[in-house]
Amino acid sequence: MGTGSKFSGMWHLPFSLRELMMKISVYQVAYKNLLRKKTRTALTILGIGLSAWVLTSLFGFNRGYESALNKDIDNMGFQVLLTAKGCPYEAATLMLKGGTGLRYMSESVFADILKNEEVEQITPMLMQAVFDPNKGESGGISAYLGIDPATFPAMKSFLEFRQGGWFRDPESREAVMGYEAAELEQREVGDAILIPEMNLEFTVVGVLARSGTQDDGTIFVPIRTLQRDFGQEGNVTAVGIKVKKEANIALLENKLYDLPDVQVVSMAQVKTTIMSLVSTAKVMVFSIALIAILIAMLGVINTILMSVFERFQEIGIIKSMGAMPWDVFRMIWTETVILCLLGGGLGIAVSFGLAKATDLLIRRLLPYTPTGSLVAIDGRLALTTLGLILVIGLLSGIYPAWRAARVRPLESIRSEGD
Amino acid sequence: MGPGQAKANGIALEARDLRKVYHRGSEDIVAVDGVSLTILRGEFISFVGPSGSGKTTLINLLGCLDNATSGSLKIGGRTVFDGRKSLSEGELTKIRRQVFGYIFQKFYLVPTLTVIENVLLPYAFYKKAEAPADPMDILRFLGLDNRASHRPSELSGGEMQRVAIARALINKPEILLADEPTGNLDTKRSEEIGGVLRRLNESEGLTVLLVTHNPSLARIARRTVVLRDGKIAD
Repeated sequence: MGTGSKFSGMWHLPFSLRELMMKISVYQVAYKNLLRKKTRTALTILGIGLSAWVLTSLFGFNRGYESALNKDIDNMGFQVLLTAKGCPYEAATLMLKGGTGLRYMSESVFADILKNEEVEQITPMLMQAVFDPNKGESGGISAYLGIDPATFPAMKSFLEFRQGGWFRDPESREAVMGYEAAELEQREVGDAILIPEMNLEFTVVGVLARSGTQDDGTIFVPIRTLQRDFGQEGNVTAVGIKVKKEANIALLENKLYDLPDVQVVSMAQVKTTIMSLVSTAKVMVFSIALIAILIAMLGVINTILMSVFERFQEIGIIKSMGAMPWDVFRMIWTETVILCLLGGGLGIAVSFGLAKATDLLIRRLLPYTPTGSLVAIDGRLALTTLGLILVIGLLSGIYPAWRAARVRPLESIRSEGD
Repeated sequence: MGPGQAKANGIALEARDLRKVYHRGSEDIVAVDGVSLTILRGEFISFVGPSGSGKTTLINLLGCLDNATSGSLKIGGRTVFDGRKSLSEGELTKIRRQVFGYIFQKFYLVPTLTVIENVLLPYAFYKKAEAPADPMDILRFLGLDNRASHRPSELSGGEMQRVAIARALINKPEILLADEPTGNLDTKRSEEIGGVLRRLNESEGLTVLLVTHNPSLARIARRTVVLRDGKIAD
């Protein structure tokens, strides 16, 4: 065309909004290509979203569970628990549920424990359970944890009171109720707690604020009172040991193993035990996530490949217009990236929205769950998952994009030639 | 623009003894058999002949959509093929984007893009420095300026082909290749497209190579090349 052509010099605006609007990018083309088959695109995004949801929740669970368990353990106030000999799993579970071992050991063990230089402080505990005919519709077990008011509150300094405070007299018939225990029993400071089987009455002197730990469901009473009333003078069910900051816990545990008729439950052991219990569930969920990801990948490959085959001739024409193989590869790859970003974003949004529901579901599935939030999802985790989904998407897009890049314009044109 | 002016403008394409052989199993099919042809800038040539005569194959070779088996091809005095070495797809693409605009029987408009976006589509991949500053001028020239924001599904067949022509023109090609551009259109729309091609040739000086079965469309061209069995018949 000559320079004096009718449409080469008309309506000139050197640089304007109009000129900006007169541009089109590979990304726009790719995005609009996806709108051709809306249902197929939506289903693919849904598939990716499902995978992203599973993946985010799984990562969130992986982190949340361990963090909740650590919080539970930290909130115990002591690092090592000594119980009478028994099943270590039972001991660990009972301890985390707020109880202690079922057997008794003598208070004479205190002196042996305190001999160790690693020990900063100890706190004795006595757990007693009684049948309460007034509990629920047909009665139930009420558990009382006898604690030493001189040492236990100091170790559990993070506990706060909603009402009242700790016992005024270490030998009184006073009780401090955890938040949930008070809610369940409908008790406030000044109310009485009856143990009909023993004909005993305790007065509530304090109600704890919610701590998010096992303490919320516990009824605390002075250990001396509990020993006397239940005929267990000189006996305890457990001893919590607070270790000095710089001390070697493993070394202390080794020394404590030598004590007769006691078992040492370290928090590290508890954690390992619990984590090994949930590891099976984790493997199962990881497998499901892997399958979901593979299905999503196949979905992406299928969608993009179908779209490439459907546009076979059109891609040929685009190449006849001057698109290099890399341009076409980029266009198709961009479509994959858009699908993955939308699907990943959707899945992450759903995982945020359904974190509570996922938490509840996991609690029903696992034998033991800590009290804190089990699914910890934050922005960093969301970005990591999105990055992973993007990488998976990019990998999935390679083959369809390569196929598209190889289309020769002639192949598409031949189909209509003579 | 008369033939004399075309000569003054120089040679657009020069093919010497072009030959294209396809191998189908053990059989060799000679689609183009020793065609020699010189096309001047600003010429409007139609290629006619029965089905299987090699029209499309020849135009594909001339338009760098395919490599010849032997022979030579010069575009604007530059040798692009000399029979010794086939050009790679990348090399062919570079020539195509610089020299040619293509329109085909099917329009291949992207249904989710508007008319103006379809016209601008080549810019997503390549934009020549001498490309028109305002693509709306092309739409106006083709009578499509009031359809810029419409989608292809809202257009008639003739309008869709005009959009395809606008898309072929957006990078200001030196040569427009039209392969059966009216094959999907009725008589009225065919005449409309024929008129557009003639205007592009006459007023814009565009070199137009047209393959058609339609005798009345072929008559629009200033020169007609008849092909038979892969050879130029006259």
